[in-house]
Amino acid sequence: MPNRETKLHLLLIAPVAICFTAFFLIPLGKLFLIGGSGEFGWMAYTAVFTERRYVESMITTVLLSLLVTLVTLVISGIAGVFLARNQFAGHSVLTAMLTLPLAFPGVVIGFMIIMLGGRQGLFPALTEWVSGERVVFAYSLVGLFVGYIYFSIPRTILTVMAAAEKLDPRLEEAARSLGARPLQVVAHVVVPALYPALLAAGAICFATAMGAFGTAFTLATKINVLPMVIYTEFTMQANIAMAAALSFVLGLITWLALGLARSLTGNSVAAAA
Amino acid sequence: MPTNAPNESRNSGAHISLRQCSKSYRANRVLQPLDLDIRAGETLVLLGPSGCGKTTTLRIIAGLDTPDAGGAVLFDGQNVTAVPIERRNVGMVFQSYALFPNMNVGDNVKYGLRVRGYAPAEAHSRAQQMLAMMRIEELASRRIDQLSGGQRQRVALARALAPQPRVLLLDEPLAALDARLRDTLRVEIDRLLRSLGITAIYVTHDQSEAMALGDRIAVMEKGVVAQIGTPEDIYFRPSNAFVSDFVGTMNTILHNGARYLFRPEDIELVDRSSAQFSGTVVQRQFLGDHVQLAIAIDGNQEQRPVTARADSRTAPPLNASVGLTLRPSH
Repeated sequence: MPNRETKLHLLLIAPVAICFTAFFLIPLGKLFLIGGSGEFGWMAYTAVFTERRYVESMITTVLLSLLVTLVTLVISGIAGVFLARNQFAGHSVLTAMLTLPLAFPGVVIGFMIIMLGGRQGLFPALTEWVSGERVVFAYSLVGLFVGYIYFSIPRTILTVMAAAEKLDPRLEEAARSLGARPLQVVAHVVVPALYPALLAAGAICFATAMGAFGTAFTLATKINVLPMVIYTEFTMQANIAMAAALSFVLGLITWLALGLARSLTGNSVAAAA
Repeated sequence: MPTNAPNESRNSGAHISLRQCSKSYRANRVLQPLDLDIRAGETLVLLGPSGCGKTTTLRIIAGLDTPDAGGAVLFDGQNVTAVPIERRNVGMVFQSYALFPNMNVGDNVKYGLRVRGYAPAEAHSRAQQMLAMMRIEELASRRIDQLSGGQRQRVALARALAPQPRVLLLDEPLAALDARLRDTLRVEIDRLLRSLGITAIYVTHDQSEAMALGDRIAVMEKGVVAQIGTPEDIYFRPSNAFVSDFVGTMNTILHNGARYLFRPEDIELVDRSSAQFSGTVVQRQFLGDHVQLAIAIDGNQEQRPVTARADSRTAPPLNASVGLTLRPSH
C-alpha cells in the first residue's frame, strides 16, 4: 500500500504526467503506428534510409543544420565573449536586438531574407552596381542558411555570454605570460572553458535548424530540407504514412542530438532553450 | 630544509627598471609617475593596502597593462614597453592560481614549454624537474580540481618557472590560503627564490610576508612609493607615519611636551614605582605565545591607547594599573 507521502508525490506529478502522455506519448505512438500503416507497411521506415529522395533530403538537412550550428557558434562565441567582457553605451540595447529574432516566426525571417537576397532585394542591387550581374540567393539553400544563422544567434548568444562572464580572465593572462599567442589562448583556454556552453547551445541550435519549417516554406518549395519533404508528402502526395515515418525519424535525430549534448556536458541542456 | 632545486636553472634573471611609469583610467590616476629599479636576482616586495597601485605596477612590468605615454619599462636596459606579455618571458603566479582546468598538473606545467615549441620529451623532463623542485612529483597526472589550495599554488609556481622566465611576478600568491598553509608555503617560496636567484616581484598587503620574503620592500600608498628599502629600514626607520603604521604597530605617547614613537616590543611592563609611564589595561587578548595589551597611559594627550606585549603566564588582568618603561635607544 502506498503511504501518504507516495500518494502526495503521485498527486504532484499528475499534471505533468497527463500533459506528457496527452501531448507527447500518445501522438508520438500514433505517429509511429501511422508510419507503418501505408501501402508499404513498416517498410516506410526503411524507405527513409533507402529511397534516394529521402536520403538526399536527410543528408542535406543534417549537413545544413551542422553548418548552421558551427557558423552560429563561431559568431555567437566571439560576440558573446565580447559582450560579456566589455561595457559600453548601448550595450543592453545591442544585446536586446541580438536576441530579438527569438520572437520572430520563421515566415517573418523568410520575408526578411527575400528583402535582402530576393529578386528585388538589396544584395542583387548591390552586386549589379558592383559587377553588373544580379546575384539572387534567397530562394536556395544559401538563403535558408542565412536565415537560419540569423534566428540561431539569439538561441546561442545568451548561453555563451553567461558562460563567458564566469570565465576567469586570469586564466588567459596566465596563458599569455607563458608565451601563448592570442589564437593559442583562444584554442587552449577560452574554447575549453566555454565548451559545455557551446555544446549545449549547439545542440539547441542544431535541433531547431533540423525542424525549422516556416523560413523554408516562405523562401521556396523546391528546397529539399526534411520538413519541406514531410509537408509535400503530406499535402501534395497525400502519402500520410511516409510523412509520419519521416516525422518520427526527424524527431528521433533531434532528440538524439539533444541527448548526446546532455550526456556530454553533464548538465541541463534544456536550460539553454 | 633540503634544497633540491636543479642547479642548471640557477639564473639571475633580468634587471628591471621603470621610468616615469604612471597609469590612469579616464581621469583617475591610480599610479603616479614612478621610477623603480629591481636588481637582477633581487626580490622586491610591493606592499600596501588595496588600491595603492601595487598590482597596477606589477601588471605594467608583466605587460598586461601599458603605462601612460612617457613611461618606459626596461628589462636589462632593453625597452620592452611595447612588447606584449607573451614575448616578455615573465612568469606569473596569481592569488586565484589560474591553473587550466582542462589540463592535468603535468600538462599545466608543460604548457609554457609546449607553446614555445619544446620537443615533447624535453618538455616532459623539464616539467618533471619542476614538479620535483616543488616536491609534488606524485601529482603529475592529477586533475586540478583534485588538488588542495597549497598544492595548486605549488603547481602554479612550477608552471611559471618551467620556461625559465627573466622575472617571476607574484600577485598575492598566499592570500587565498589558510594561515598554517600560508606559513609553510611562504618558507617554500623563500627557499625557492633564494636558491634560484631569480628576479622576483611580489605583491602583498601582508607585512609579515613582505618582511620575510623581500630583499627590499616598496611600501605604496595612493599610487606613490612611500618608502623603499630593506625590511630593517622599513621597520626601524619608517620615513613617514603611513609606513610606520602600515608596517607593524607604532605607538605614540605625547607626555609632558615630549613625543615618543615606539614599537610594541620596545616597551616593557615594570613595577609602577620605577616606571617611566603609568596606565590602565583597557583591552587584553590572549594569543598563546604572548598577551597583547591595550594600555591607556595616564596623562597621554594622544587619544589612542598604547599596544604592548606581555608574557602569557604573567600578564596583568584587565583594568589593572601598570607601569611602563621604554627600552634603551628610545
